[in-house]
Amino acid sequence: MKTFHIGGVHPAENKLSAGSPIREAALPKQAVFSMFQHIGAPAKPVVQKGDVVKVGTLLAEAGGFVSAPVYSSVSGKVNKIDAVLDASGTRRMAVIVDVEGDEWEESIDRSKDLVRLSDRPDLDSKTIVEKIKNAGIVGLGGATFPCHVKLTPPPGSKAECVIINAVECEPYLTADHRLMLEHADEILVGVDLIMKAVNVTKGYIGIENNKPDAIKLMTEKASQYPNIEVVPLKVKYPQGGEKQLIDAVIGRQVPAPPAIPISVGAVVQNVGTAYAIYEAVMKNKPLIDRIITVTGKSVKNPSNLLARLGTPFQQLIDECGGLPEDTGKIIGGGPMMGKALLSLEVPMTKGSSGLLIMNDKEARRSEPQPCIRCAKCVSACPMGLEPYLLSKLSAMEDWEAAEKNDIVSCIECGSCQFTCPSKRPLLDMVRVGKTTVMGIIRSRTAPKK
Amino acid sequence: MNVILIAVIVLGVIGLVSALVLYIISNRFAVHEDPRIAQVSEVLPQANCGGCGYPGCSGFAAACVKAADGGGLEGKLCPVGGQPVMEQVAGILGMAAVASAPKVAVVRCNGTCENRPRNAEFDGAVSCRVKNMTGMGDTACAYGCLGCGDCVAKCQFGAISMDAETGLPVVDEEKCTACGACAKACPRGIIEIRLKGPKGRRVVVLCNNKDKGAIANKACKASCIGCGKCVKTCEKFEAITLENNLAYIDAEKCKMCRKCEEACPKGAIHGFNFPPRKPKTEEPAPQGTPNQNVEPAKAE
Repeated sequence: MKTFHIGGVHPAENKLSAGSPIREAALPKQAVFSMFQHIGAPAKPVVQKGDVVKVGTLLAEAGGFVSAPVYSSVSGKVNKIDAVLDASGTRRMAVIVDVEGDEWEESIDRSKDLVRLSDRPDLDSKTIVEKIKNAGIVGLGGATFPCHVKLTPPPGSKAECVIINAVECEPYLTADHRLMLEHADEILVGVDLIMKAVNVTKGYIGIENNKPDAIKLMTEKASQYPNIEVVPLKVKYPQGGEKQLIDAVIGRQVPAPPAIPISVGAVVQNVGTAYAIYEAVMKNKPLIDRIITVTGKSVKNPSNLLARLGTPFQQLIDECGGLPEDTGKIIGGGPMMGKALLSLEVPMTKGSSGLLIMNDKEARRSEPQPCIRCAKCVSACPMGLEPYLLSKLSAMEDWEAAEKNDIVSCIECGSCQFTCPSKRPLLDMVRVGKTTVMGIIRSRTAPKK
Repeated sequence: MNVILIAVIVLGVIGLVSALVLYIISNRFAVHEDPRIAQVSEVLPQANCGGCGYPGCSGFAAACVKAADGGGLEGKLCPVGGQPVMEQVAGILGMAAVASAPKVAVVRCNGTCENRPRNAEFDGAVSCRVKNMTGMGDTACAYGCLGCGDCVAKCQFGAISMDAETGLPVVDEEKCTACGACAKACPRGIIEIRLKGPKGRRVVVLCNNKDKGAIANKACKASCIGCGKCVKTCEKFEAITLENNLAYIDAEKCKMCRKCEEACPKGAIHGFNFPPRKPKTEEPAPQGTPNQNVEPAKAE
């Protein structure tokens, strides 16, 4: 079975909510739409206090090319535009809407009928990309990179295949898994649309082998699409990393930055993104909701919720049986790459793939011990880096050496810290170094522009 | 016998030729360094802290010599050696020493454990830089001291230490050389290198919170809420400016009247090293006044 070739770890899967069908979460009383729901320039609000909005009304336009617009997921009145604590742990600009009723923009097609690409011969690649861009779609795997940017290959590079990331290698999370089981047809049309958008004739869907039902269903449905191939993959973290997935599926290695996946001819999109693209292009529905897994060992009712963006996390937890008493930490995202939340008032954003509630015992980190030079971190690193060295260089603030040792290639997957028998905070330090070195590189290249 | 002689002659000739070549090259490519640089370097403290803004003491010495040739020692100051060293430097270079006011590091945060309740627990690597990347840190203040002691680790002079009770760094004014290493180490820019003031007296806003008043007020009992009362009391001297919801006292304009300290509704403004107030004050001594340090001094 295929997988990527360097490093990797296998954390306990804990997919507690895999058997729980997607259900719709209740509407929030107040929805908060952060202007920072994607990587790149923040969105610019186009509404004002007191404006009446419907579901699907534009709240903020894209702040640049690498940026995405934000649409209202509820109907009601704009309460204020203010800085609000979000999942990043800082206070940033957001539009706050008081919810009244549930009125949708008329342009959105809310029927459940499947529209295939063959039903819409008018769609060419330019229109598709334009529609995706206007719908505010970003990578829904968690990185939230604006989708249209990836579908616009830079001059000189050409896409050869589309790879759909249905790996869901993060433990606990099951949102993509459930989506495949319940919306396989729509996803396949979405893949078709992406392939049409970048003008390629080959598409792969990479699924990890711990989801045999999804592999079976997708393979069955994909038989109608001769160009789409479902690729079962060996279970290994971080297979959902863009570069790891390309290596696993087509066996090509993306060189160190500034090279990007398109340099080896691959366009990678998350399976949730494919579904959102289907809805945006075929149903005119901007990105206003997503599936989020609310889970944890002590959670009464681990579920996959279809929730509107802007819903406070508190409400989602209440819908799954409330906050358990022994809660030690609440993580936005999965346990490997997610970030602990400071407050449950934080709203759900485009990148919220999961909400993991850890109990007190799980949440605590162990006391770090001295490095025993076992080099487990080196063998676990999927990017072939030396985490022990990078964290040391970062602690010593030797940025030059850190840059030489490719600190910017780190994908922050956390495999090193997970595998370290001395429980050293390797990723903590590497992340500091990576941010600093990236800043140095940026300031070095900036004046030339 | 003959063999030995030949060997001696051959080696001798090679030696002579090499010596000649080396002599010519060393003359041709000699680096002429101003002898004054070495002299100046000798009187500098050799802490190589970089506080002067140059790479080490010899770098500073070279810069001083260059500046002296250019006219004056304006703007050149060794923060470690201070005025006495600069006078010596000026003496060597035959210039008049530029008078400079001594400076000191000031921690602009009074978010003690009591004033600023912890609303989260941080158990990552003990480093302010790491903690700062998590966003707000473990309190509701996104601008306050993170308390992991990056500044303490960077101080070469043992002048800064963490107070276990308040969770804030404390500067020992006697030992602080104002080299600025701690200010650079602080990821939130809380530490300011500030004029020490006459008799060490100075008035400082001990807060760095740029949030709106309501948020700042909730986060910490001792935060500046940007109400502007201090600015009004100081209208005459215009020493206080309000920017981004944060008051700042210009040390050069401040007349040390301490009216702003009384006016501040949150007690965010503190006077350092003033004698205790006479009648109607309730505050016994300004909080945060340092001066105890257990660490051994690193004398010159």
